[in-house]
Parts: sequence; structure tokens; C-alpha cells
Amino acid sequence: MSKRVPRVLIAKPGLDGHDRGAKVIARALRDAGMEVIYTGLRQTPEMIAEAALQEDVDVVGLSILSGAHMTLVPRVREALNASGLNDVPIMVGGIIPDEDRAPLSALGVAGVFGPGTSTEEIRDFIERLVAAKDANG
Amino acid sequence: MDNLTTQLLAGNRRALARLLSQIENQVETAAEALAQLHPHTGRAWIIGVTGAPGTGKSSLVNALAQGFRQRGQTVAILAVDPTSPFSGGAILGDRIRMRDLSGDSGVFIRSMATRGSLGGLARATRDCVRLMDAAGFDVILVETVGAGQSEIDIVRTAYTTIVVEAPGLGDDVQAIKAGILEIADVLVVNKADRPGAQQTVRALRAMLELGHPVARQVSHHGQLMTVGEAPVSSALQVEDWSPIVVETVATEKKGIDALLEAIDAHRAHLQGEAFVKRQRQNIEVELLDRLQTALLERLNRSLSSEALRDMIDQVRQRQLSPQAAVGMLLSRL
Repeated sequence: MSKRVPRVLIAKPGLDGHDRGAKVIARALRDAGMEVIYTGLRQTPEMIAEAALQEDVDVVGLSILSGAHMTLVPRVREALNASGLNDVPIMVGGIIPDEDRAPLSALGVAGVFGPGTSTEEIRDFIERLVAAKDANG
Repeated sequence: MDNLTTQLLAGNRRALARLLSQIENQVETAAEALAQLHPHTGRAWIIGVTGAPGTGKSSLVNALAQGFRQRGQTVAILAVDPTSPFSGGAILGDRIRMRDLSGDSGVFIRSMATRGSLGGLARATRDCVRLMDAAGFDVILVETVGAGQSEIDIVRTAYTTIVVEAPGLGDDVQAIKAGILEIADVLVVNKADRPGAQQTVRALRAMLELGHPVARQVSHHGQLMTVGEAPVSSALQVEDWSPIVVETVATEKKGIDALLEAIDAHRAHLQGEAFVKRQRQNIEVELLDRLQTALLERLNRSLSSEALRDMIDQVRQRQLSPQAAVGMLLSRL
């Protein structure tokens, strides 16, 4: 019998040093029974893609508070695709202005979570992603 | 042969990553993949790194991996962190200390949660090591959870076991208590630039001397006599090896060459007969473990809850002793 545990990479690309949000999410997902690979601050897109591949994660969560999401997210997506991880979804948390949500979705970001999002919402979102992935084999 | 196993043997890193997940998740096809890969294993040198939380295991693994890479050897790392007994989730944070290794295609790092296992490793660790071995890595570093005094599963998985200590964690009686220090092939005093490091080194050396007496001549009432010539080896250290104590400052890469030399010395010592013996012991423990798990699963399947409830009532009403009840349940297997 298979014992599936969702695996989530939580990474902070770019240069801002505010990792409290990332840690709160990591902790909440742990409490939701998920395995969270936490890679810490100042990750390059290449480092994120490498970790996502080696850890075989179901989703990559990026925490960005610097405002650089419109440059960082496409670069992470490219790095993931270059590693053959086209099927690994990205979710973004942080300070994301409403007008950037549509362009981020167009880049293939599966979910955008701004301030005030409940941790339950993020947990449910990941559980749905994982269920959909497993249903597609 | 299954697609993923073929890809793994060809060096495909994603295939390795996916098979590792299948093993962790106990997917049925994983057993088949392991059976196919088993003949391709046995080439890697497996090194265990264990020790109390905060002694610097991850930093040491990072520095050691760099050392092996400088020698041209490829390295796979399996870093185990604890699963929450309450939620079943885990935060796996060992990669934070291994940033130096990113971007190196000769290194593969995988974080792993214990998923309820108590011996310092996960139940799937052994099989995950096998996959990395089949994938062709020269060295496999297995980092256990922060271990106290009884998490010693690592010794049955690794060939060379490194126990990491740091200054200020305990006195010389801690050092002679039973447990984790007994499994060390190499003892590292990390953070050796901290105050108290020399006391820790001395305490460990003194502890080792009690267990592995060095033959020496002493003058006793004017008579020259030899004491302590027969080394006393514990059950786990069958190879008559005296552990080496090495001082390191992993974050500054100090003492890493000495540590690599100590590992080399142990590896050279564990050749021929001794290596065969060590492998046989490890395999024996593994087979018995697996047999136990399989029997327990069979027991759980065959035991009907009515039969169990019936027995419980009989014991409660003093019609049957617990011992007799177990005997009856067993005989129905």
C-alpha cells in the first residue's frame, strides 16, 4: 500500500532577507502533515531548480517580499523547465500587487497568496494540486 | 527493465529522485526496481554521520563532500530529519548548510523524513542508499537525525561511522555511558575553536583508552610489567579498530583533510575478511528486520478484531492469562 506524503519546496529567491513569512508557511505545512524542504535565503533560480529536482517535490513555493517577483518568477520557471521540471507547479507568496496576479498566472504560476491569506487556504491549495497530480498519474 | 531503473543506471538524476520517492512512499513497483538494481550496488563507500543536535553534522557533511569532490569522487548525500509524531509532517532543513555544493553535478543531495522510525534513520534509508549506490556515486554520506544515546541504526547501514561531538556537551562520565560513542569509527570534535574543545578531546581519548587499552609497560613496585595488551572490543566493533579522534571547524573547513585521512585509514582497515564480515552482519540485521516487519504485517492482517476482543474479555474476566492468550493467538497464525 502506498503511503504518499506531499513534498513542498519553500525557497526565497532574490536578495530580501525577510524569511518570517516563509517560516510560518513551512511550519503550517508541517503541521498539515507535509514534508517541507526549506532551503533558506538568497536562492538563485538554478539552486531552486536543482533542489526541486533532487527532492522530487510536488510544488515549489516562492516567498518574495522585495517586489522583484515579475523578474524572479519567470527566471525560476525557466530554470525549472531547463531541468525538465515543466510539470512542477510554482506558487508565490508575499507582497504581490493585484495587477500582477494575471501576468503571473499567464507565466504558469498555479497560485498567488498575498498578506492575510490563511495557512489553511494554502494547505488546501497544495492538497488539491497533489490530488490532481496523482489523478493524472 | 523498467524505464526509471534504466534511466537511473544511465545517470538520469530525475529518475533517481523519483525512485527515491517511490521507495519512501512504499509504492508497489519500488520493490521490483530495487530487485533490478541490486546487482548494480556494492561499489559506493557508505559513510554515516551522526551526533547530537547542533553539533554541526550538516556543516561537516558539506565540508566533507567538498573534500571528496576535490579528490574527484562523486558524492550523494542522504540527510535525515525527524517527522512530527503529531502531524506526520516535517521540516527538512539540512540543505541550508550545504549551499557550497549547489551547482555541482557530481553531488546529489536528498532530504528525508524519518516517518515514524525511531533509530535515527527512516525505514526507507537503507533502500535509498542502495539506489544512490546503483546510480554510481563513489561516496554516500548519510546524515542521521540529531541523535542522543540510542539512535544507532546507522552503524548497520554505513561502513564507516562518524560520531560528531561538540565542546561543552557533557563530562567524562557521559563519554563512557553506553550508546552512540560505541559505534564510532571516527570521532569528530567539531567547533574545535570553541572553549572547552581540548577537554572534550581529552575526555574522548580517555574513554577510548578504557575500551581499547594501549599496550604499555609500567613500573609497578620496581617490577616492569605490561598492561592492557588485549584490546577489548565491543560487539559492534568486531574489526579490532581503535577509533580516531579528529578536531574540526567545519564552517571554516579546518581539520577536513585529517578527517578524510581518518576515513581512508578506516576504509583500508576494513578490507578483505573484515569487510565481508561487516557486510554479512549488516545484511543479517536487515533480513531479520524485514522478516519482522513482514511477519507483523501478516499478523495484523490475519488477526480479526472479534478474536482479539474475545481474548481481551477472557483476560479481563480472569479466564485466561495474557501469556496464554498470546499463545492461542499465535497458534492460529
